Amino acid sequence: MIAYIIQRVFQAIGVMIAVAFTAFIIFNFVGDPVDNMVGMETSVKDREALKKNLGLDDPFVVQFARFMKNAAHGEFGISYQLQRPIAELIAERMPATLELVAVSAFLSLLIGLSLGVYTGIRRKSWLSNFILVGSLAGVSLPTFVTGILLIYIFAVSLGVLPSFGRGTVVQLGWWSTGFLTVAGWKAMILPSITLSLYQMTIILRIVRSEMLEVMRTDYIKFARARGLTDRAINFGHALKNTLVPVITIAGLNIGSLIAFSCITETVFQWPGMGSLFIQAVGFADIPVMATYLMMVGLIFVILNLVVDLFYSVVDPRLRVGRSVMAGN
Amino acid sequence: MTSISSDQRERAGLRASIYRLLDGDIFYSFSHSPLVVIAAAITLAYFLAAVFAPFIAPQNPFDPGALNLMDALTPPAWTADGNTRFLLGTDNQGRDILSTIMYGNRISLVVGFCAVIFAATIGVSLGMAAGYFGGWIETIIMRIADIKLAIPGILIALMVDGVARSALPLEMREDLAIYVLIFAIGFSEWPRYARVTRGATMVERSKDYVAAARVIGISPVPILVRHILPNVMGPVLVLGTIGLALAIIMEATLSFLGVGVPPTTPSLGTLIRIGNNFLFSGEWWITMFPAAALVILVLAVNLLGDWLRDALNPKLR
Repeated sequence: MIAYIIQRVFQAIGVMIAVAFTAFIIFNFVGDPVDNMVGMETSVKDREALKKNLGLDDPFVVQFARFMKNAAHGEFGISYQLQRPIAELIAERMPATLELVAVSAFLSLLIGLSLGVYTGIRRKSWLSNFILVGSLAGVSLPTFVTGILLIYIFAVSLGVLPSFGRGTVVQLGWWSTGFLTVAGWKAMILPSITLSLYQMTIILRIVRSEMLEVMRTDYIKFARARGLTDRAINFGHALKNTLVPVITIAGLNIGSLIAFSCITETVFQWPGMGSLFIQAVGFADIPVMATYLMMVGLIFVILNLVVDLFYSVVDPRLRVGRSVMAGN
Repeated sequence: MTSISSDQRERAGLRASIYRLLDGDIFYSFSHSPLVVIAAAITLAYFLAAVFAPFIAPQNPFDPGALNLMDALTPPAWTADGNTRFLLGTDNQGRDILSTIMYGNRISLVVGFCAVIFAATIGVSLGMAAGYFGGWIETIIMRIADIKLAIPGILIALMVDGVARSALPLEMREDLAIYVLIFAIGFSEWPRYARVTRGATMVERSKDYVAAARVIGISPVPILVRHILPNVMGPVLVLGTIGLALAIIMEATLSFLGVGVPPTTPSLGTLIRIGNNFLFSGEWWITMFPAAALVILVLAVNLLGDWLRDALNPKLR
């Protein structure tokens, strides 16, 4: 068990170094950093001086070590486009993204799980069929189309909800929150529905198929033969055994939400990290892209690690045979 | 084509499998689920519209001579101010929306298809290599695939797209945008194919016919291509169908975000992006019709993929 944890932690560190290395390669070798910082009229001599100053003529390994050291200290350089330190930009925009992701994660897990369990148990009912067809529409509806539709219905036609921004935010130290005002909550409604809809349908479908799988097993038949109530079978026996995939989903769900927040934030002009990243892609703002890559990489590595470690706590079978998990 | 007997046998096998297909469970389940037949018909219609767009579109929306600014912002034909010449209305430059959708659909399908083929080619080759050879080859390939699978494809595609754009000189970005897009989407999707192919290859490798081929001295590459590949294509086909829907969504998303194909050759996503600017002034048709076209296409392809997966999975019958 302990050996397994240590192995997983080392793996996570390895992945993180690989991500950092990719970010470093992108940062240093795509385009010329000096070109991006100075104007056309700078002389060759000044350029050389700047290059030396920035340490760009140091050996590769030294540069990478310095990059890692700076990253660990939260120094990611300066945005080409906005001419401000990236650490500052990220800190300013992180609360918006995290609040949106938190609300969406809650929504998608709550609704996705309950609908998934329902459609898994009442397999043939008309409501289940209706939900399933609806979920297929949910998967087929690209995030940005959902956003546009909601904006058109609730902001343009009905005029009841705001279509952009975070409403009124309250500053708590460096953290700006929209949770404390009515306008903030109102502004949260459309983006969080947009962001959670896709994940909700994915969770619904996975939970449903997992329930169906479990319902076919012998111990459920045996439980029925013992004359247990439906309730005891469904929740005591079946649901418990679907929990392993549900934990994976919950973990990866948060990761996906962070990734898809790029799109939702752009549609709703939500001032978060995602819209910062999309702007950076549009303007070829390499330092911002590299930093975002590192941030998201870190979040994903941590989420995956936590999920993997959680597995062995929840499912005793995995403590013996780990190959089950590796080959899922 | 050579006339080796094994080749003929393969062709005879193909003919037999077509007969089997028409007679078998899969075709039965296809012809007996109306929703799937409708989905197939819709998908076919999109393909035909894409191929024959220049002949059947009411207008060539990218020929400045055919456009008249007086026609700009005409609402759909059935509304009060509508004009029967423009069934779904026009945009701010007087372009017929129906025609722009047909041309946009072309770009979306081309990018989607090329991206799927690109991803499947890389994924299947690497997956077969990993499953057949095992050892360190498998470890390296599958570890990379695992890392990439943990990160949502759209992020990888955005990242690759962003880096490729930065690496290209400014004046070439627009011209090469479509190739960058295909590369970015395909590159982000190959691990799915690799994982599935590896599993299927490992199953096939242990079968007698592969052992027999090895015993008579056929080298690994022909064994993989001629003996194992046909037997692992089933799951790859399912994945490819669902992957097409995914690739179309990704293309539309990137284009909508303004980092996909440029407005000069708009895809459905670009059209939605352009139309989005008119949403607040009430010209809903400019964005809603391309959006509807996109959703219907993706829904139809998804339905096909879902059905194919269930039909090929004997456990669910």
